[in-house]
Amino acid sequence: MRHVLAGMNRLGGLWLLLGLAAVLVLPWYKVAAPHTGEGVALWGSAAGQVLAGRIWLLPPVLAMLAFSLVRLRSDERWQSHPSILWIAGAAAGLFLLQAFAIGLRGPAFDAVGQVFPLATMGQPGLGLGGFLFGIAITGIIADALAARGFCRGERFAANAVIFVVALLSLFVFFPILRLGGAALFTPEGVFQPGVFVTRFTAPDLWGLGCFVGQGRCGVVINTLILGISSGVLSTLLGLALALLVARTGFRFKGALRAISILPIITPPFVVGVAIIVLFGRTGLVTGWLEYLFDIPRTRWIYGLPGILLAQVLAFAPITFLVLLGTIEAINPTLEEASKTLGAKPLKTFQSVTWPLLRPGLAAAFLLAFIESLADFGNPIVLGGGYDVLSIRIFFAVVGARYDLGNAAVLSIILLSLTLGAFWLQTRWLGRKSYVTITGKSDAGLVAPLPGPLKGAAYAAVVPWVVFTLGVYAIILIGGIVNDVGRWDLTPTFRHLLTAFSLEIGPDGVQFFGSAWNSLHTTLLVSAIAAPLTTAIGILTAWLISRQDFAGKRSFEFGTMLSFAVPGTVVGVSYVAAFNVPPVDITGTMAILVICFMFRNMPVGLRAGIAALSQIDRSMEEASQTMGANGLSTLRTVVLPLIRPAIFTSMVYAFVTAMTAVSAVIFLVSARHNMATAYIMGRVENGEYALAIAYSAVLMLIMIASIALIGLLIGKRQLGRRTQLQNTAPALPTA
Amino acid sequence: MTDTAIEFVDVVKCYGAVTAVDTINFSISRGELVTFLGPSGCGKTTSLRLIAGLELPTSGTVRIAGEDVSTRAAPDRNVGMVFQSYALFPHMSVIENVAYGPTIRGSDKKSAIARGHEILSMLGLEGLGKRLPSELSGGQQQRVAVARAIVQQPDVLLFDEPLSNVDAKLRRRVREEIRDLQRRFNLTAVYVTHDQEEALAVSDRIIVMSNGKIAQIGTPRELYESPSSRFVADFIGDANLIEGQIENGAFRAPGLSLPLPATSRTGPAVISIRPERIVLKKSGSDGKVKSASYLGSRREYRVETAYGTLLVSAPISAPALEPGEEISVILSPGGYTLLSDA
Ligand SMILES: Nc1ncnc2c1ncn2[C@@H]1O[C@H](COP(=O)(O)OP(=O)(O)O)[C@@H](O)[C@H]1O
Ligand SMILES: [Mg+2]
Repeated sequence: MRHVLAGMNRLGGLWLLLGLAAVLVLPWYKVAAPHTGEGVALWGSAAGQVLAGRIWLLPPVLAMLAFSLVRLRSDERWQSHPSILWIAGAAAGLFLLQAFAIGLRGPAFDAVGQVFPLATMGQPGLGLGGFLFGIAITGIIADALAARGFCRGERFAANAVIFVVALLSLFVFFPILRLGGAALFTPEGVFQPGVFVTRFTAPDLWGLGCFVGQGRCGVVINTLILGISSGVLSTLLGLALALLVARTGFRFKGALRAISILPIITPPFVVGVAIIVLFGRTGLVTGWLEYLFDIPRTRWIYGLPGILLAQVLAFAPITFLVLLGTIEAINPTLEEASKTLGAKPLKTFQSVTWPLLRPGLAAAFLLAFIESLADFGNPIVLGGGYDVLSIRIFFAVVGARYDLGNAAVLSIILLSLTLGAFWLQTRWLGRKSYVTITGKSDAGLVAPLPGPLKGAAYAAVVPWVVFTLGVYAIILIGGIVNDVGRWDLTPTFRHLLTAFSLEIGPDGVQFFGSAWNSLHTTLLVSAIAAPLTTAIGILTAWLISRQDFAGKRSFEFGTMLSFAVPGTVVGVSYVAAFNVPPVDITGTMAILVICFMFRNMPVGLRAGIAALSQIDRSMEEASQTMGANGLSTLRTVVLPLIRPAIFTSMVYAFVTAMTAVSAVIFLVSARHNMATAYIMGRVENGEYALAIAYSAVLMLIMIASIALIGLLIGKRQLGRRTQLQNTAPALPTA
Repeated sequence: MTDTAIEFVDVVKCYGAVTAVDTINFSISRGELVTFLGPSGCGKTTSLRLIAGLELPTSGTVRIAGEDVSTRAAPDRNVGMVFQSYALFPHMSVIENVAYGPTIRGSDKKSAIARGHEILSMLGLEGLGKRLPSELSGGQQQRVAVARAIVQQPDVLLFDEPLSNVDAKLRRRVREEIRDLQRRFNLTAVYVTHDQEEALAVSDRIIVMSNGKIAQIGTPRELYESPSSRFVADFIGDANLIEGQIENGAFRAPGLSLPLPATSRTGPAVISIRPERIVLKKSGSDGKVKSASYLGSRREYRVETAYGTLLVSAPISAPALEPGEEISVILSPGGYTLLSDA
């Protein structure tokens, strides 16, 4: 395989062959272009379309022919010919221009129609030929740039940079731009910039009624109330947990850490469902309270209290980890110093420990705030009448009153809120260094938590533990008993069979269960997405930490931005961008995979950057001087040394793909339904037991998969990095 | 076939606003060991990396074996490099490290490994092939790094401060080992160091660098005996720099007149005199001994004269002088050099 590729490169470049095939042979469009008499292409490639009159496709064809000419008249370094970059740049530019100027129903501007009469018939989305041309021209541009010294002339690195930039542009920035564009169109599809203002200032967004006792607040205000309360409560709970673990003799630290991992593998609706089963109007606890204390059954849990409960449950582990890191980084000698100066424990905590904790608290709060804003699963299950932005956006796209423009405006508001929070977070953390670790020699015992605070911490943590255990007990047994909500604990496989029945007959295995379809898609999509996500994340990490190229700062910023966009916004922006030509891919499995790739790559990116910073880069340079190009170096030297980062990224990508809701809910189709979307449907129908059973199965699969990924990647202990001990070299005798 | 292994023509390398290498020109012949010498930050490593292809020049031409490789990245050049930290792959055994290059360049695994063992035994490392780099001593690691760099018979072998991770006491042995190896395999080698003694000891020729520019190129002896600038005179060995004027083919300073037969310059000038080229005689009126130190193999004096304080190194066989003694100072022709910068 390697030799074939190398051979093709010698022949004139893989990209050139691909490009020629794309414009001469392969069908340019996704479906046959409309033909009313004239304009019928004998064959579907770009060249065929040009002959049939779609002369706006001439630049791609001409460019590839020009490259072939240059190739024939020079050698395998043909990309260094000075004309290549100009031709490729022009061809790429004109290619993009025609793709956006001529849509499905005709030209975007009348002038285009006058120049190209056939354009008035419109053109369908790009097909195999179109996409491969895009890939080929991107690769040729990268090669030409490398020939001019971009990325120190390293072709692989240059290609990697250009392709990652192209992918980020197409799958992160372009959708957001389209979203901004959609906000300016009326539901009838008329361009009318004024509607943006109308939508943005709608009273049901900004109303403050709930504060003055006159009805409800606007959606934005609701979202902020939820975000701030959820942030504050999660931070306080996280702080209590962290203080208990770091500063007391609390005995179940290990168990606490284990519990805190659970939410990561918990499908989002299932906690909401468990809460309903416990506290809903017909819930278990509600029933007991009525029986024991005559407290009337109400629907109090639906709305802000329920969402808040579920979110705090889910986010506390995150804030816990952040704050634990902060507390462990505090130099104990500072606290000792305070004590030797005569301060009482409580005073020490207040005047020394607390100020040092503040940046951690801010980081934890903002993290929970952002998560809360982006959360879609809990509000939809437990929201009742409490409207938040993510739900409003969902119903604007999926509901009866389809209004993409309105969804776009709401998404822009949501995006501004999260970006604002991100901005605050980076500003806050970047301002001042509170790190007090000065080296390994810090002696000193950590100050135990003062009595009153210890009491407060226990008071917060114990209910949380009870609660978490309750929720997971429901999840554990809910799927295998008759009706856990009515405390009917007769064991049954009823729910599991509804979802997962199968029959092994003469024609092989027949899957009857209603969940098989979505489970199959989920596993397939996750299994495809995990390695791809890891690949792009690690590759980007390698580019950022190892390559110097023009525009690197913006490149880094762009990759981080993709992290800040809430899932709901990603979902809507994908609908806005990929429902129409030129890249018309909604309803496919590809869009699900792509969505996960770009949403989840930042974890691989960060793990990769951290791992690479531990590795001496002269090892890679050694590999290069021995003849290995960027790709071989990455494969044979870098990847084996950063296996733990790969493992982290794979696991995260896989698990998140299995449990994600907010973005994919917009992108699933009848053919490609995802488990979470299916479960959400069951929850809406009130089939809680089925939802719980399915969720439990998902969790088991995830645990098994994590073990499997661990086995596949192998966490072989590496030989320690070359130690530079100066022991006596034995002289060779010449 | 030319005899020139490496050639730099007007090579410039900038990192943003920093010019690390500023318009340098030199050529290195086959089988030669040339050293880049200069203070830290003067652009030695950058020049070495430009040869390796780990950096590409901002402008100018780099030729290796007669071919213009200015835009060619490292994998497309045939250059071996021994890194300061050795950069052995910790997840591969010694033999895998050494066979890595041949395998990557397309040899089949078997012959690559055979070739690797051959080189290992030439370097006295037989039997260590199966070990991981972390199981070797520092000196063994360095030799594995050398083995790995020469296994592909590179056009040129590069060393970046190879002794910086070696114990001070062992440096002399290791540098002799490197020199011996280079001669034995008739390798063209480029060596980077900031230590002038090391450079004088190993090099056929030395390229002295300062602030990204070449200060002087020459054999160790040429550089020591006829430095062309204050910088070189000062950086290599000890030097007495005396300021004065050139008049009528002689260098004049207060109380000093030295004939300069081969110059037509006039005006202000500086000469450099090595401490061991000055002879002191008891009784005279040229100067006075300010201080004297006994260094075992020689004596060192500071001598006050009308044209400045001189550092003098005298053989132990010469009669000892006491501080305060009036003496005469003898500067023999050929014992001083006129510097090109005034
Ligand atoms: N990757 C780089 N980016 C920016 N500046 C650099 C880089 N590498 C080297 N420099 C600068 O170039 C100059 C020469 O560096 P270098 O060649 O490493 O010096 P030397 O090896 O002689 O100590 C120094 O000023 C250094 O700071
Ligand atoms: Mg250096």
